Amino acid sequence: MSKATEVISPDTSAPHSGQVNGGHLHDDHEHHDHIPKGITRWLFTTNHKDIGTLYLWFAFIMFLVGGAMAMVIRAELFQPGLQIVEPNFFNQMTTVHGLIMVFGAVMPAFTGLANWLIPMMIGAPDMALPRMNNWSFWILPGAFLILLSSLFMEGGGPAFGWTFYAPLSTTYSGDSTALFVFSVHIMGISSIMGAINVIVTIFNMRAPGMTWMKMPLFVWTWLITAFLLIAVMPVLAGAVTMVLTDKFFGTSFFDAAGGGDPVMFQHIFWFFGHPEVYIMILPAFGIISQIVPTFSRKQLFGYASMVYATASIALLSFVVWAHHMFTTGMPVYMEMFFMFATMLISVPTGVKVFNWVATMWRGSLSFEMPMMFAIAFIVLFTIGGLSGLMLAITPVDFQYHDTYFVVAHFHYVLVTGAVFSIMAAVYYWLPKWTGKMYDTALAKWHFWCSLVSVNVLFFPMHFVGLAGMPRRIPDYALQFADFNKWISLGGFAFGLSQLIFLALLIKACKKQGEPVSAQVWDGAEGLEWEIPSPAPYHTFETPPVVK
Amino acid sequence: MKQLTTVFVKWCSSIPILLFSPLLFAQEASEEASSLNLRRGATDISGQVYDLHMLMFFICVGIAVVVFGVMFASMYLHRKSRGAKPANFHENVKVEIAWTVIPFLILIFMAVPAANTLIAMEDTSEPDMTVLVTGSQWKWHYKYMDSDVEFYSLLATQREQIENKFQKTDNYLLEVDRPLVIPTGKKVRFLITSDDVIHSWWVPDFAVKKDANPGFINESWAKVNEPGIYRGQCAELCGKDHGYMPVVVIAKEPAEFEKWMGEQEEIVRKAKEEEQRLLSMNMSMDELMKEGERVYNATCAACHMPNGEGLPGVFPALKGSKMALEDQQGHIDIVLHGKSGTAMQAFGKMLSLKEIAAVVTYERNAWGNKTGDMVQAKDVNAVANGN
Repeated sequence: MSKATEVISPDTSAPHSGQVNGGHLHDDHEHHDHIPKGITRWLFTTNHKDIGTLYLWFAFIMFLVGGAMAMVIRAELFQPGLQIVEPNFFNQMTTVHGLIMVFGAVMPAFTGLANWLIPMMIGAPDMALPRMNNWSFWILPGAFLILLSSLFMEGGGPAFGWTFYAPLSTTYSGDSTALFVFSVHIMGISSIMGAINVIVTIFNMRAPGMTWMKMPLFVWTWLITAFLLIAVMPVLAGAVTMVLTDKFFGTSFFDAAGGGDPVMFQHIFWFFGHPEVYIMILPAFGIISQIVPTFSRKQLFGYASMVYATASIALLSFVVWAHHMFTTGMPVYMEMFFMFATMLISVPTGVKVFNWVATMWRGSLSFEMPMMFAIAFIVLFTIGGLSGLMLAITPVDFQYHDTYFVVAHFHYVLVTGAVFSIMAAVYYWLPKWTGKMYDTALAKWHFWCSLVSVNVLFFPMHFVGLAGMPRRIPDYALQFADFNKWISLGGFAFGLSQLIFLALLIKACKKQGEPVSAQVWDGAEGLEWEIPSPAPYHTFETPPVVK
Repeated sequence: MKQLTTVFVKWCSSIPILLFSPLLFAQEASEEASSLNLRRGATDISGQVYDLHMLMFFICVGIAVVVFGVMFASMYLHRKSRGAKPANFHENVKVEIAWTVIPFLILIFMAVPAANTLIAMEDTSEPDMTVLVTGSQWKWHYKYMDSDVEFYSLLATQREQIENKFQKTDNYLLEVDRPLVIPTGKKVRFLITSDDVIHSWWVPDFAVKKDANPGFINESWAKVNEPGIYRGQCAELCGKDHGYMPVVVIAKEPAEFEKWMGEQEEIVRKAKEEEQRLLSMNMSMDELMKEGERVYNATCAACHMPNGEGLPGVFPALKGSKMALEDQQGHIDIVLHGKSGTAMQAFGKMLSLKEIAAVVTYERNAWGNKTGDMVQAKDVNAVANGN
């Protein structure tokens, strides 16, 4: 991979050939400063950088909206008894919080990073299908507007959990289910279009010499993620469509009285749902694999084994789905199969963690903000991974299942995993995007406040879960009261900490701060660090040659 | 930055100890209900599950200590600020094989006891007795398969405690009006199903958690060693009052259990006689309204709300509704048989004829519904028998 960074400008005879920057080299007259102005720039844009920015801001806004719902949940759970919201509204909050964080925050943030970075990393001028790129972003706000507006319907929004198990989501749900189904369809279409774009771009638009095994790991992990998306988003679409027809058109896919099977819903949902989990973590692995070598000033220990490990995780993700369903009453041999298959996933995941640690070993480490988040990621994601290994063991999963232990587990992998990796990525590439170093003092505040509060928030959830507190309840028995108070306080602190991040991002977008060099970080390698900072509106119009 | 790093290193290296110390402590503590860890429980199986859990936990802590230890060591030793120069090694086949094979061996070490316990847990053959457990929104129904005894088990915590008007008592949200009673030392098989959405019947002390799926029957079992009261909750989101659906099981010595069973059978026999007697007598409006209010608040108010206004868009209002004002036969019918395709269940097997008569009367005369209608047990019986 290190070789990928030796770049030769295609026209070394040109006068300004010191920089690799196709746009400025050739088309000074046509393209110089040719950035459209006003709202139409954003509405009609086909530029991968603009679309990346749109995705990232959208994801951050959704992160705050979903976070506000989490604050409602934590406020209600601050002490036992019903204080603030009714159980029905509480269920709407847990449901929509989950949907927004998965489909509105984490996934669009990764798509935004893919848009910004993949063309710059493989030496392409833009994404392969720029108009579709515009469309795949701009249908998203509509989808979430539909979902959020359902909260204001008579009877409220979806209240059956983000997993929408039938028949709670069919026979026993409110009319807002139709809006829920429609919005999930649109999110799915957006994801599929985004995935197609990533795959076509990577297959067709790599610069000369950018062979498969020279691609940066972020590109690799996103390529594999895109295949996962194309494989499973249609399954989700099928599931919501069957829910729609069961509820409104008299079918009985999931109704035993009509010959259907409610457990079949769970098989279909988790056949989507488990690969979906890896859709939300594989790009994170890519990000960490970019950042750790930079700040260790040492190349990644095992590039090839990282690629193979990612591919194995993706393949295994298709044969483990029923570990979410151990209590539904499966034959014992099926429980065994899914237990062993799930345990197996820890092998390639372990390979990844060992690789990062081996990369840091005998490096020359410095601890700038991206590295701090990356290290926090490795530690806290591993904690989440280890609790995942415990959850794989079927007999004990019977005790853990649907308790706060599970809530702790998936928040460790999704918040301190996926979300921390996104923050690491933003701190890593933001100077490249804006051309200025962000406010590092604010960044430190953001990091330390987030790190402490996120653990106060999620770690005690292991304890209340083991002690027997079920998830998705608005009220709880008295022995869980002390920990829940701490969890809520941690939650409020973590929520407030993200406002520091918001302030930092606003400052960065106003282009305040010290100008940075093209390379930004002294250990950074890769094509994106060869172009000037800020990255020009058009890059690599003539592809670089990678030796 | 340097200072910050030192703080970070110190902080991080203490994570495993800091975070897991309560659990280590809990391990040493006595066997009473822990607020930090799984309980050993009251059956041999739950003890095995607990041991498996602790084994897994310590293996995971061990892995974490090794991995994080190496990482924090390199963070300390190989800092640029200490003048560390980067090495240039990468890709070592031996190391990579080792860190693939060793985890695999650890997994096999975990898988063997896990598989053995799982097979034992799923063996529901040759039970001494069987109980049918049926979930419905938001209560459990227990039926002893070799007897006429069957009953619903509802949350017994007062509404006022939930609404913070009364002091919360010790078993807040974990108490029911009629617990399931089983004998100790006997293999009790549970057949688990549901009348509406999916619920999950969970008693942590038995290590039993099985989903109640409508239209399908799951099996599980427990052989309880010690007499006692064991509490659990519904573990699968089942709608609005999912959090208010506890499970309470009392395990009694076999002799005591037989005595209890005899009493229950006597009560069932008397109730049937009473039902017959009631068919030929009328209750007064006051009696009907008083009994009706009790039944309504215990059974109907969860959805239709104590003020009869329902939850718009989810549960219909009874106050001012056409059915509660006009169609008396239809009203009795829907309470008896429910309405398919909706959350309205059939209460015919849950409530007595007298209770249904009272609650229908109540609904037709409360909250400004002034029909003046009085419904008697015999009217309900007529609808139930299709006349």
